[in-house]
Amino acid sequence: MSKPVKAAKEPLFHIAKRNSMIWWKAWLIRGIAIVAALIVCALIIVLLTKQNPIEVYGAMIKGSFGSERKMWTLFQNIAMLLCISLAVTPAFKMKFWNLGAEGQVLIGGLCSMVCMFNIGDRLPNALLILIMLVASILGGIIWGIIPAVFKAKWNTNESLFTLMMNYIAIQLVSFAIMVWVPSGSSVMGLVNASTNAGWLPDLFGQKYLINILIVAFLTVAMYIYLRSSKHGYELAVVGESENTARYIGIDVKKVIIRTMILSGAICGLAGFLLVSGTNHTISKDLAGGNGFTAIMVSWLAKFNPILMIITSFLIAFLQRGAGEIATSFNLNTSVADILTGVIIFFIIGCEFFINYQVKSTRSMNKEEKK
Amino acid sequence: MKTDMSVPAIELKNISKTFGTIVANDHVCLTVNNGEILSILGENGSGKTTLMNMISGIYFPDDGQIFINGEEVVIRSPKDAFDHKIGMIHQHFKLVDIFSAAQNIVLGLDEKGKFNLKQVESKVAEISAKYGFEIDPTKKIYEMSVSEKQTVEIIKVLYRGANILILDEPTAVLTPQETQKLFAILRRMKEDGKAIVIITHKLHEVLSLSDRVSVLRKGKYIGTVNTAETNEAELTEMMVGKKISLDIERSEPKNSVDRLVVKNLSCVNRDGVKMLDNVSFTAKSGEILGIAGIAGSGQRELLEAIAGLQHIHEGEIIYNNPKTGSQDNLKDKTPLQIRELGVRLSFVPEDRLGMGLVGNMDIIDNMMLRSYRKGKSVFLERKAPKDLAERIIDQLEVVTPSATTPVRRLSGGNVQKVLVGREIAAAPTVLMAAYPVRGLDINSSYMIYNLLNKQKENGVAVIFVGEDLDVLIELCDRILVIGSGKITGIVDGRTADKSEIGLLMTKTDGGAENE
Repeated sequence: MSKPVKAAKEPLFHIAKRNSMIWWKAWLIRGIAIVAALIVCALIIVLLTKQNPIEVYGAMIKGSFGSERKMWTLFQNIAMLLCISLAVTPAFKMKFWNLGAEGQVLIGGLCSMVCMFNIGDRLPNALLILIMLVASILGGIIWGIIPAVFKAKWNTNESLFTLMMNYIAIQLVSFAIMVWVPSGSSVMGLVNASTNAGWLPDLFGQKYLINILIVAFLTVAMYIYLRSSKHGYELAVVGESENTARYIGIDVKKVIIRTMILSGAICGLAGFLLVSGTNHTISKDLAGGNGFTAIMVSWLAKFNPILMIITSFLIAFLQRGAGEIATSFNLNTSVADILTGVIIFFIIGCEFFINYQVKSTRSMNKEEKK
Repeated sequence: MKTDMSVPAIELKNISKTFGTIVANDHVCLTVNNGEILSILGENGSGKTTLMNMISGIYFPDDGQIFINGEEVVIRSPKDAFDHKIGMIHQHFKLVDIFSAAQNIVLGLDEKGKFNLKQVESKVAEISAKYGFEIDPTKKIYEMSVSEKQTVEIIKVLYRGANILILDEPTAVLTPQETQKLFAILRRMKEDGKAIVIITHKLHEVLSLSDRVSVLRKGKYIGTVNTAETNEAELTEMMVGKKISLDIERSEPKNSVDRLVVKNLSCVNRDGVKMLDNVSFTAKSGEILGIAGIAGSGQRELLEAIAGLQHIHEGEIIYNNPKTGSQDNLKDKTPLQIRELGVRLSFVPEDRLGMGLVGNMDIIDNMMLRSYRKGKSVFLERKAPKDLAERIIDQLEVVTPSATTPVRRLSGGNVQKVLVGREIAAAPTVLMAAYPVRGLDINSSYMIYNLLNKQKENGVAVIFVGEDLDVLIELCDRILVIGSGKITGIVDGRTADKSEIGLLMTKTDGGAENE
């Protein structure tokens, strides 16, 4: 028989789940986390680059808000990230892990570009844009519905399936560019630069305003859809418990397919906005990784479309700021990525302290005696 | 090591444990002697299992001391507990299905020398002979009945040399006959000088088996009495904190008509195993039909088949509609189609939070599950469900901070009240309830029985799947006994006795075995 363990070896800390926390306290913790993240980042900057962290942070802010043009670009970035996040949110709420937003956006963009390239000079602009919009949404739907049908009928793994669909979309775009660009270059220039056919018009002289307004409308619509519509309720029930859904008579297959149609359609719309309203060209980096960043935006906001405005702002701001300091301080872009990583780590990590409390064993004993 | 009989095997002093704001154990003191059987009695949520988990190294106490054989110890892991010769048999077995009994018994043991399964098997046989277990060490777990699996769990801790055995609700899954066998074994271990603790909430078992009873209520230690000097009424009062009557009023069925006729029903599971085999019975209006059987004998499949959740292989389910007089076959209908036929079928499933309710949604949204489809609007209407939620909270005394609290935050009894309340609010003509009082305290249990009785008086055909035979006999008008997916008998609840039902539960039809 082994010796009894000494009493002194009692664990130092206990982790206990909190019941709930007053909202302002939760936000205070989140605020502290961001401040702590900035301090850690400052240390990293000093140690790795020997730059003044205050100056670096200043440059980050200037990179995002430094001029009117920079601000509009920031808002455009937020809008596109938010749009894709809105697209993945209903699927995620249903616990359908759609990792294929990247490909769904790309296919949407490709459909727009096909129309723009081939029938751009034959139709009135308004009609052309309408056709592009419809084509993009249909493209996104097709890319979304295929994994949904397979999941509903044969219970295939949707994460792998949607991920693979991304590669198909990327290859299709590469192929199209190869056909369209006669020089053999893999970069496609602006399409219809002289006629602006298929370009979304400027609004009040602002190039991106239409994009931003469409996404703003979509945010409110998605909030209402998830919160107050019967469809939104059904997909939440399916996500929480398929057994309950079946028990209550919800057609689970139908809900999966319907929700992925919606998810794919919004991704297709995002592709349209990127091609028609922003880039006027296409490359396989059209979505620029936002299909994956959107997952983070959606999770951080706990699938609440209104909160997603804040989280997408935060992430878009970090990305732009990081790019800015990389150029203005001649830093390697990896440093910027490290800083972004640290900040996001702190933001996600602080949720632990909101959900749990850590107490030392001694202090807890005292507390109980009160 | 010879155990000193004068020193208690376990002594707990002022043990406390909290989970968040919930106090699971509040300065509990307890002693267990060698050579005695101690029952720990308490309602669900009174902290019995938490307390025992702290002795067996699953939880660590926030405060207090544990003494084993007079020596203070710190138990931080199940391994520490084994080192102190403490073994716990959990309610949910922790066995590897594809291993044999002997392989499971030595699993995780790090003995020196070459591994010799033959030697293990002979040692298992030795332990079995000593205490009177019936076990084949080479039999695979997946081929075993629940009681055989439990035997493996007990031998597992004895093999490790345990002198202190803790059994968490050991009889919950056993038939009356198997329970008697287990008790005989426990008595033999007691004579061998082992200290045995059993956690239970069944009073008659406490009285027939144990030497002393310690009672917990809401995490607090209430007291310990000698079994010989107490009775059911006193123990109930200690357990609940007030006197309550343990009688169920059973009225005579009035104007009974055949409501639901099940004919030759067979169901096959995904692996091709017959879960229901040629089941036929009739549920009548104004009557409670009980279903008794060992857990997993096809009760769940039967109710799910009626509710449209289980594919029916053969047979039919005829519903006599009291409004239209038509006879509808429910076979191959989805739950929604059944509802659209005008069948008012309510179902309280076994898995409350996994099937009947959505744990992360609040009470209002859970009320809406049954009613959200009403109306043509694409938007939800939350007013009526909110009123219903408030009415149920009020009438069934649901303890909740508000109607917007997620149901998973409620205690088991309150979760069940929400579910039963919703199902009854749908004004059913057939009400099916699977284990509706499992995990509920005595007060809530009796409230549920009364609700079922009231439904019966209103002319509802009630189907009640239960595990406590005493309750089934007191509550039901007729009891259908199911064994391995077949009906082994239908008895009258007013004249049936427990051992008769127990025998029917384990009866296997000679020759009618399916491959």
